[in-house]
Amino acid sequence: MSVIAVSTAAPGNDAAPVFHLEHEHEHPESASTMLGFWIYLMSDCLIFAILFATFGVLGGNYAAGPGPKDLFDLNLVALNTTMLLLSSITYGFAVLSMQQSRTSATLIWLAVTGLFGIGFVGVELHEFAHMIHEGATPQRSAFLSSFFALVGTHGLHVTCGLVWMTTLMVQVGMHGLVEANRRRLMCLSMFWHFLDVVWIGVFTFVYLMGMLR
Amino acid sequence: MFDNPHFVKFLFGRLTWESFPFHEPILVATFVVVAAGGLALLGAVTYFRLWGYLWREWFTTVDHKRIGIMYMVLGVVMLLRGFADAIMMRLQQAIAFNGSEGYLPAHHFDQIFTAHGVIMIFFVAMPMVTGLMNFVMPLQIGARDVSFPFLNNFSFWMTVGGAVLVMLSLFVGEFARTGWLAYPPLSNIGYSPDVGVDYYIWGLQVAGVGTTLSGINLICTIVKMRAPGMTMMKMPVFTWTALCTNVLIVASFPVLTAVLALLALDRYVGTDFFTNDFGGNPMMYVNLIWIWGHPEVYILILPAFGIFSEVVSTFAGKRLFGYTSMVYATVVITILSYLVWLHHFFTMGSGASVNSFFGITTMIISIPTGAKMFNWLFTMYRGRIRFELPMMWTLAFMLTFVIGGMTGVLLAVPPADFVLHNSLFLVAHFHNVIIGGVVFGLFAGIAYWFPKAFGFRLDPFWGKLSFWFWVVGFYFAFMPLYVLGLMGVTRRLRVFDDPSLQIWFVIAAFGAVLIALGIACFLIQIVVSIRNREALRDVTGDPWNGRTLEWATSSPPPAYNFAFTPVVHDNDAWWDMKRRGYRRPLTGFRPIHMPRNTGAGIVLAGLATVLGFGLIWYIWWLAAVSFAGLLAVAIGHTFNYRRDYDIPAEDVARVEQARTRQLAAGA
Repeated sequence: MSVIAVSTAAPGNDAAPVFHLEHEHEHPESASTMLGFWIYLMSDCLIFAILFATFGVLGGNYAAGPGPKDLFDLNLVALNTTMLLLSSITYGFAVLSMQQSRTSATLIWLAVTGLFGIGFVGVELHEFAHMIHEGATPQRSAFLSSFFALVGTHGLHVTCGLVWMTTLMVQVGMHGLVEANRRRLMCLSMFWHFLDVVWIGVFTFVYLMGMLR
Repeated sequence: MFDNPHFVKFLFGRLTWESFPFHEPILVATFVVVAAGGLALLGAVTYFRLWGYLWREWFTTVDHKRIGIMYMVLGVVMLLRGFADAIMMRLQQAIAFNGSEGYLPAHHFDQIFTAHGVIMIFFVAMPMVTGLMNFVMPLQIGARDVSFPFLNNFSFWMTVGGAVLVMLSLFVGEFARTGWLAYPPLSNIGYSPDVGVDYYIWGLQVAGVGTTLSGINLICTIVKMRAPGMTMMKMPVFTWTALCTNVLIVASFPVLTAVLALLALDRYVGTDFFTNDFGGNPMMYVNLIWIWGHPEVYILILPAFGIFSEVVSTFAGKRLFGYTSMVYATVVITILSYLVWLHHFFTMGSGASVNSFFGITTMIISIPTGAKMFNWLFTMYRGRIRFELPMMWTLAFMLTFVIGGMTGVLLAVPPADFVLHNSLFLVAHFHNVIIGGVVFGLFAGIAYWFPKAFGFRLDPFWGKLSFWFWVVGFYFAFMPLYVLGLMGVTRRLRVFDDPSLQIWFVIAAFGAVLIALGIACFLIQIVVSIRNREALRDVTGDPWNGRTLEWATSSPPPAYNFAFTPVVHDNDAWWDMKRRGYRRPLTGFRPIHMPRNTGAGIVLAGLATVLGFGLIWYIWWLAAVSFAGLLAVAIGHTFNYRRDYDIPAEDVARVEQARTRQLAAGA
């Protein structure tokens, strides 16, 4: 709702009421984007909620196959978690640079963030390949199905974020930090931090609590 | 090259000549009719050189009004398909007695009842509800368009893409034989190895993306784009119900997306989510799908409640009784709709405590719904009621829906549900609330807002004929099912042993014929109205003496809706403006900032549909190519930074002068 002072004459008041705006204030392009993106993120959050719930129900059904203790390498996961958390910080630096209108600094921080992201996806793929090599495939048990679905969906999101980030870096290179690009950078920022929050859930719920199971 | 089976398999996946149902005379005849009709339509469009017009003005439009109208057209077309399924089932069940097998083989009958449910919910009710919200809501809040006009176009075409996939299954391959929610393990690859369930999954996934995005879009529109002065508690009730419905969409469709993705993984990758072995749990699917499925029925009924609220206060000539309680009732229903999903499977065996909880929450929903019913009654009380078509639908709704509501409360009692679960009583109940609530509401809405959309009223005679056929037909078609259900007849049966049941099925089939006449009269009504449009012309923009802002502008509204953004002082903003002698401004027009049309939406949705087709038939190269295309077009679209333009002040002035002349001529 636009925040405009309107001379609202109360009903019954003799002053002629205003029934339309003579002058319209300038509508900023896509004023609802931030709200819309928040709502999108919440809908995405629900997808993760379902995957977490599925893992919660099926995560103990090993079907006489390997369990978390046989499969998880917490050192690797700790490395991955660190990379993703650091990438959130570096994205924060990119946004700070953006707010100071420093284009090349923004691009550099985005590149650093992207490298952390690539590292994260790379380590995750390595982990998956190792598990599949060991025979712990998604088909082996409901535990592994729900594990791969949850962690894989998160990884897929990070990959989408990387594609998006690359596109945005090209666009910032082409047009500079114009209003539209700033808005897009803020959306990607929300997306990236959101994935970080989801990962903290995955790390705690799947890996740490899995080792306690 | 084509002699090499590996190459053919690579090229066509599992699509072979046997996939086309040449051996089924019913399907071949249907195909001939549909193909002839389709060719005639395409020929006519080509002959009258309409392709350019359709592409520029409709397919690529970002105007919420046109997108809304396209949603309605999609809904009506799919209604014919869904109803054809219905009447085929009614005929089969009416004749399959005394050793007769009827005329439908089992695998065909099973596809029909699945397709009927899927089409009626996803591709009739959803598009029509979304279409009305799209068309009406921005006008009601005094906005020029929705928050994300391109996204709106894209959402519409994704819905069309899903509908195309489901329709394609009629002639290429087959549809699911699982019932409309495709419960595993039946829908798993072991029991349904054919393409049917895959058509179901990808059809719904493609359409579901559109629905979710449209939900986000409309929430933002309502939250961010209301005219100045329109606080939340001054919003029209239809806008309130649209808000709650879209909140429900955003909070439930991701669940459907996720659960269908897991089912797809089970079928394509061989995971063990919903299998019987390796630790899988089919009841997990049933729970998850109903966590989407129950809010879904409120997604459909809440906008209908909104329509009835608008219609009642307009045609009673009174302010809506109990506006605040109406809003709170809507919000309470929104919240409660998430707390009742387990009542769809009391027989799962979750125990007395769990069943009691869900039984009680279900019964509690009848309280806000009952409050709404009394609000409508009190609005009518001492009103000067005009029995125009929308009001007639509203009265039929009030009578019919109360019956459906009461049988619903009956089903909410777990011990009773153990007897009636999966019976025709249940089928009668949900048709009672969906036809008596949603469909009657949609017809009321169509009759009410048609003049706003097209500038002329619908012919009342054919409308009333359609009304009576529908209402009487409904009672004939579904009251017998209550009786049969109480006698223990289960749903989805193809043949019957007990000859004493036949008479009830014959009565139900008679009812279905009456409804068919009702649909025919509705179509005739539209044709007759178009032919008599000059006599039915609405020059005022306010044919019903309306109360909300959509009636403040011309019929049909200009592209920019309002030359000047209205300022709101009262719940019934337009009524208030009329009462206090508001005069339309005749000068001082300014350029209006508007979004530009784009073809990206239809291209993206087309590629998504091809992607779905490739996945359904295991044509992996096609899936890969269309996915790559999808990514490329989506990314390419983001490089387009020029998405808006200004309507010059002279153009606005010209349109407004034409309206001034029209108003003067009508006066």
